[in-house]
Order: sequence, then structure tokens, then C-alpha cells
Amino acid sequence: MKIMPLKMVAFAAVVLTGALLLYGVEDMPAWGDPQSPANTHVSPRYIENAIPDTATPNIVTAVLADYRGYDTLGETTVIFTAGIACLYILRRPRNQRRKERD
Amino acid sequence: MLSRESDNLIVKTVVRIFVPFIQVYALYVIAHGHYSPGGGFQGGVILGASIVLLFLAYGRRQAMRRMGEGLTAFMNSTGVFIYGGIGLLCLLLGGNLLDYASLDRILHVGAAQSRSLGILGVEVGVGIAVMAAMISIFLDISTGGDLPDDDND
Repeated sequence: MKIMPLKMVAFAAVVLTGALLLYGVEDMPAWGDPQSPANTHVSPRYIENAIPDTATPNIVTAVLADYRGYDTLGETTVIFTAGIACLYILRRPRNQRRKERD
Repeated sequence: MLSRESDNLIVKTVVRIFVPFIQVYALYVIAHGHYSPGGGFQGGVILGASIVLLFLAYGRRQAMRRMGEGLTAFMNSTGVFIYGGIGLLCLLLGGNLLDYASLDRILHVGAAQSRSLGILGVEVGVGIAVMAAMISIFLDISTGGDLPDDDND
């Protein structure tokens, strides 16, 4: 079996990216480490202030829609874009079909 | 598959009974996102799934009379508009973008409560957008882009 040169390039790119990612994981804090920056800085603030700030017992919702509302606005825009993109790519208007038939 | 309505009476009856319950449950998931797992994304998907069920059982022609293509596209953009509109309203009321505490100037319920209400409004917007996107993508993929009103010409 002959292997295409482009596929070899793609394979090398995948291996290289995977190696880089694994190398980067080395510097991550241990799983569930209470001393990691995320657990000492942001999380306690959310847990302590979510109810006084937002009157929302579900902290996930408070973080999603309030503290990180800008992020969720982007997510909603992504969903909107996905719907519109599907419409533009797949939908064939009536006059185009008639043209194809003639 | 989707062009005709189902011949099966059981399928149609069960769908007719279940769709309102699914939709009420979806509204519950959206509105109860403050207290339990859920929110706009999940509730919107359930709402969209209820309409997809309607499409599967009753066929495109009949279901599109309730949820047409134009309405779907309109609701898709309306959802994002509600979200962005609430954000801009906060800006106009003197706060930061998406800082719902400034909504207190028109709601008069206190900063924390107005944040809670702001979250609810945003979730409703997300729910509408996700529902419409689900239906729109389902329609376009299941039909390959040729919708039934095209067949008449």
C-alpha cells in the first residue's frame, strides 16, 4: 500500500501537536489540587458571593449567565451562526431548482 | 420520509398527547435553571425536540404550518437579540455590558434580585435561539434543502 505524502505530513502534524499538548499538561496542577490557582482564587469567590450577588442558588447558572455572561453571549452567537450557516449551505431556493430542471 | 404524515394512528395520538407535556417540561427546565440543573441551552434543546417530534409524526407540510421556515429564522435571531438587548440595556442604564445590577433602575427589586431576573431573561433568549437553531438545522439536513412548498410549482 502506497502512503500519500500529504497524509504523512498530516500524521506528523498530529503527532507533533499531540506531543506538544502532552508536554503542556506536565505544567498543569494536579487533578483536584486545593492549592491550584483556580481553587484558591476564583472558585471561593463564586461560592461565597453567588447568592448575595445574584440571588441564584445554582452557582453554575450564576457563573454561566452572570459572571461569565459575555462568554455565554458568544456561545449563543455560535449557535445562531450554526443555524444560519446550515440554512445558507443546504437550502436551495425555489428558483434555483427550477433553473436546474430546465 | 418526512414529506408524508405518518399513517400510524398510535404514533400520531401519542405525539399529540406528549408534545404539550414535553414543551411544558422544557419551559420548566428554562425557568428552573436558577435552582436545579438546566437553563436556556438544555431547555431550548427540549423545546426543539418537541417540534422535531411533530415533524416526524405529522410530516413537514402540516408541521411547517405551525413552525415555518421564516418563523424559525426570525426566532433564531430574536433569541440572540434578546440576549444582546439585555446586555445593551444594562449599558444604557449606566452599568457595564451584561451587568444586570443596573437593571435595578427600571425593576426596583434590589441589585441581587435584578441580577437574578437578568439571568432569567438571558436564559429565555438562549432557549429561543437554541430551539430555532435545532429546528432549522433539522429541517435543512433532513430535506437536503428542498422544502415542501417548492414541490407545488
